[in-house]
Amino acid sequence: MNILLIGAGSAIATAVARRYAAQHSSLFLIARNGSRLALQQQDLLVRGAARVGTRVLDLLNHEEYETAINAATEFFDEEDIDLVLICHGSLPDQEAAEQDFDLARREIDINGLSVISLLTRLTPYLKAQGRGMLAVVTSVAGDRGRQPNFVYGAAKALVSTYLQGLRGKLLPYGVDVLDIRPGLVDSPMTQQFDKGLLWSSPELVARQIEKAIRRKRHTVYVPGYWRLIMAVVRSIPEAVFKRLKF
Amino acid sequence: MANSVKIRMTGVNSRMRLSGWGRYPYVEASVLAPRDADSTAQILKNGEGPRMIPRGAGRSYGDSALAARVLSSRYLDDFISLDRRALTIRCGAGTTLAEILRVCVPQGLFLPVLSGTKTVTIGGAIAADIHGKNHHVDGSFCDHIERFTLLLPSGETAVCSPTENKEYFQATCGGMGLTGMILDATISLKKVPSAFISAQSIPAANLEESLALLRQHNDEQYVVAWVDCLAKASALGRGVIHLGSHSETGKLEHRSKRKLSVPFTTPGFLLNRYTMGGFNQLYYARHRFKKSVNSVYYDDYFFPLDSLKGWNRLYGSEGFLQYQFVLPDDAAESGLRETLETVSRSGKGSFLAVLKRFGPANANWLSFPSEGVTLTLDFKYEPDLLPLLDRLDEIVLAAGGRHYLAKDARMSAAVFRQGYPNWHQFKALKDRIDPAGTLGSLQSDRLGLTQAAMRSSQR
Repeated sequence: MNILLIGAGSAIATAVARRYAAQHSSLFLIARNGSRLALQQQDLLVRGAARVGTRVLDLLNHEEYETAINAATEFFDEEDIDLVLICHGSLPDQEAAEQDFDLARREIDINGLSVISLLTRLTPYLKAQGRGMLAVVTSVAGDRGRQPNFVYGAAKALVSTYLQGLRGKLLPYGVDVLDIRPGLVDSPMTQQFDKGLLWSSPELVARQIEKAIRRKRHTVYVPGYWRLIMAVVRSIPEAVFKRLKF
Repeated sequence: MANSVKIRMTGVNSRMRLSGWGRYPYVEASVLAPRDADSTAQILKNGEGPRMIPRGAGRSYGDSALAARVLSSRYLDDFISLDRRALTIRCGAGTTLAEILRVCVPQGLFLPVLSGTKTVTIGGAIAADIHGKNHHVDGSFCDHIERFTLLLPSGETAVCSPTENKEYFQATCGGMGLTGMILDATISLKKVPSAFISAQSIPAANLEESLALLRQHNDEQYVVAWVDCLAKASALGRGVIHLGSHSETGKLEHRSKRKLSVPFTTPGFLLNRYTMGGFNQLYYARHRFKKSVNSVYYDDYFFPLDSLKGWNRLYGSEGFLQYQFVLPDDAAESGLRETLETVSRSGKGSFLAVLKRFGPANANWLSFPSEGVTLTLDFKYEPDLLPLLDRLDEIVLAAGGRHYLAKDARMSAAVFRQGYPNWHQFKALKDRIDPAGTLGSLQSDRLGLTQAAMRSSQR
């Protein structure tokens, strides 16, 4: 498989990339941290990847998107890209983002608008191929605005809603669109939280993501039980929900 | 993002209840999981806050990876290189044996030493200088380490090998993480013709026969014996000897299998002398009359317990203790007899009683294996267990033996010092490279290698 991975340094992306490397895929990694990318490239090659290309990109810098994506398409040359997986994200300090619009805008940019921008640039490419999959890691936080993280949730909801529309648009072109909604994942992004029963490892999440990609699913919750949890959360009447602080 | 960056830099982290694999004891600890070598070094250079101990997969049984803060190697798990000609693999300290095997086995390469679980990390394997079923022919894990990068308590790095920074190498191999945090290591590999093991099982009617069979098969590659430690009188020490060698035929393949798991802690009373006695009876009966040769997938051969995820929960909420010691050959039979009789009389016993022969010791200061016979027992924690183990300590020391630090949760400093005469050399180095007491564990305090009070009075 030929895979373009954006936000390749995230814990989920790292675990997914390792699974595909073991299957001798070719991977192109885009991430912010250059030294981390170099280590990851070596790691994936030892694990069996056919080829690994890398490109450093700060996703807050929209002007550089074009050249980064061009680097990726050049890397795959004439071959089709089977999978584009967008994994980057940032967990904002909710209190601070509520009080400082510049911060809120930045967080919505990184978690929401940057994804839309990437999708806009990648869609024509996949349409022309007439096949492939666009998969984006969003979050269960996008399912309902909860007091502790609605800035993050709003940005993720933006992406999820966009993907729903895009899925239909790309149907005639044979391009699949997958919305991946992880629950609580024990990763560097969530390091400050005390971990309980509902937390899962990036490796477990990656296994389920790979399965969802193989089965061409539309929206997956990972692990799967989050579908049930979020159905309950969504069903709480607003009159009650507005009083909940979780 | 600024927030998450700040968190990574300062090492703010989650607090959790941590234990070793034995689930005894537990402590409340902060977990620091730096993303790379640089941020790991930053944490040590910064030097502030409660002291720490490096922690890999948390598969040592007792308190050797427990402290107020633990420095986790979980994100230091990248492969760096695989050299098929030199037969070496280099990887981060947090890489597990399972990951290495996943990469190596399909290419006909294999790790030279494997513990009874593949979930341990390379850092942990070096810190405990783990051994496998082939110690009598191949030595322990660190005998196959070409070099490693050690982050000293000061935050400086040192490349260590049997010839370079030899002192650090010999102290760190088996040094339970007290000399620093291992960042990466280069390990020698061996070639194997297939992913299968030719396994053979031979029943032994009593201790004498078990030991004779171990001696007799000393040139087989993998040799280990299971012992029924609840059997009494003339059947005392009866068991089954398992032999193995790499099969010449069979595929080189990676198989992943669905694991069963123990999702919650079962009531401890389910493991009692009757259920365990019954289990042991059945196990012995199964092997009693056959002397068969089988081809077994390596994963099933080396790591049978890994297929039951969370088996440590079977021992109930109080947890359990493993007790492993080695006795020199000349004192082995009488010492083991006395140990097994004492255990048998107490009525406490275990599923897992394992007997094996070790080859000669290596030069590392605190490495456990030394020439002789080692026995591993596990015991469900009960308040009256500790006096029994103290009694066993006396038998072990009288026979000139010592205990495995990776299993220990309760040994006294005096028992440790008698078993490990190099302890003062180790402590002198430790005091020199870590004068501020940055690294220490519950175990190192108990064994008199560090002082818990020293650091708190300095802050």
